[in-house]
Amino acid sequence: MNEDEFRVLSPTAILGYGFPQESFRKGMARKPHLVAVDAGSTDPGPYYLGAGKSFTSRKAVRRDLEIIVEAAVGASIPVIIGSAGGSGALPHVEWTRSILEEIAAKKRLRFTVAVLHADISSHDVLAAFDSKRLRSLSHSAPIRREDIRSSTRIVAQMGAEPVWKALDTGSQVILCGRCYDPVPFAAPAIREGFDPGLAYHMGKILECAAIAATPGSGRDCVMGTLRRDGFELESLNEQRRFTRVSTAAHTLYEKSDPYRLPGPGGTLDLTDTKFEELDGGRVRVSGSRFVPDLPYTIKLEGVRLSGYRTICVAGVRDPAFICRIDAILDSVERQVIEDLGIAGRILFHVYGVNGVMGAMEPEKDSVPHEMAVIIEAIAADEEDADALCAHARSTVLHCGYPGRISTAGNLALLYSPSDIPCGPVYEFSIYHLMEVEDPLQYFPLELCEVGR
Amino acid sequence: MKTVPLSELAVVIRSKNAGPYELTLDVLFKSEEVYRFLKSIGFFTRELMAELYGLPIERIFHIIYFDPAAAVKCTLQRPVVSGSPGDTDIYGAQQHAPLLDLKVPAREA
Repeated sequence: MNEDEFRVLSPTAILGYGFPQESFRKGMARKPHLVAVDAGSTDPGPYYLGAGKSFTSRKAVRRDLEIIVEAAVGASIPVIIGSAGGSGALPHVEWTRSILEEIAAKKRLRFTVAVLHADISSHDVLAAFDSKRLRSLSHSAPIRREDIRSSTRIVAQMGAEPVWKALDTGSQVILCGRCYDPVPFAAPAIREGFDPGLAYHMGKILECAAIAATPGSGRDCVMGTLRRDGFELESLNEQRRFTRVSTAAHTLYEKSDPYRLPGPGGTLDLTDTKFEELDGGRVRVSGSRFVPDLPYTIKLEGVRLSGYRTICVAGVRDPAFICRIDAILDSVERQVIEDLGIAGRILFHVYGVNGVMGAMEPEKDSVPHEMAVIIEAIAADEEDADALCAHARSTVLHCGYPGRISTAGNLALLYSPSDIPCGPVYEFSIYHLMEVEDPLQYFPLELCEVGR
Repeated sequence: MKTVPLSELAVVIRSKNAGPYELTLDVLFKSEEVYRFLKSIGFFTRELMAELYGLPIERIFHIIYFDPAAAVKCTLQRPVVSGSPGDTDIYGAQQHAPLLDLKVPAREA
């Protein structure tokens, strides 16, 4: 290895979002030290952690991983996958491992996978609660015992330390459960003695691959070259380039505060960061610093089941109905709950009025000529949710209202069946920091051989 | 005072979750001069954002100017946690529209 340079190939923003093979081939030709890819996000909401499912498809993940793993095996460089399966809990890790086994069998490969688990039991979180080792993030509500007890699944975001331990095993693939997004990109370079501030900042950008380039894309490859005094970013597709503004702008993306980015064991401080444009569509970044925190903290993410959901999609086109819609829907909600005596919630999402912004919608007076009405029922079980939704639908369909002249039905129902059961509904119950003594403690390492 | 809609001055106006509990709004300006002018007069305030989004001011956490991108960021508390019953925008990606027509003071020539 050229000790003054550490090259990381980031194929795609999320494993399963895809990438052009030509970009990837160009990246491999540059002899990277590592291929790293992030698979995770809480953006798709609490369902995926709760249900143990991925928000990407198995076919798409297999396609991406097959190309990545085959090339990395050929080049004898490690592949690190972050937040496997999207949420990084046991079912997501096992799902990704089974895809690796399929690829090994199909391509007649044999390699070692170091699996790092990130599940944490409610027992351990309660123990941390009792010893006052849980902290709220800047603005989330203080955690209660009940939040922990009611959680059906909890994961913790690992830092670099568990990945260092996995690297020590010399495994071909490191499959991480939930981890801090930059870690798969940054951990190996920090282990080689590169500056953690620069490594994490480069990881922050590489985890989104070409989203930080212009034109941006969530499905294209990027090369990051880390040096002792800065790092460079380069698009592997001629149609994109990094600019000072595209890179700096990405630093704002999805972040509460662009100057201070907290993570496991410390904060990335970008107060003195400089972005410089180089030739060839490259950008050089320097001045980013990592400030360690004591005690070491990890972020927990937990969800609980909040019920079952059934929805009905309909449209309305009658002006007399449209101008009274708020009063009509209010009365229906009360009637349905009273009639059936089912504990649950009925929500009406009225597109054309405030379907997108809800209470924050500033345009309160415009009257459209048509609207979409999504009837949503949430109850303790599927049967009750179906019952609430059906009763709400039939009540809205046939209810009278002042000035009604369209007496055959108030809704244009989009489908038959009109009511769609959506299954379990989860909500975030824990999004807090936990102080730990040992950064490795909750992230056990398991080694396995895949292939014949 | 002469005003222009913010959408005429910006190259990017966007919203997105910053974790499931927060929504963050970014405005990237076309011109550094316009950015510096608005920063110098302290145009973006928590009060302004609270009014624009119909939220109590304590829900608006902060306004941050970011010189490297000629950008201003505002982070606020989501009215409903992402994906909880009643949420209308899981990724928070379509909550930027009130900023588009915001009347911004034009700089005196």
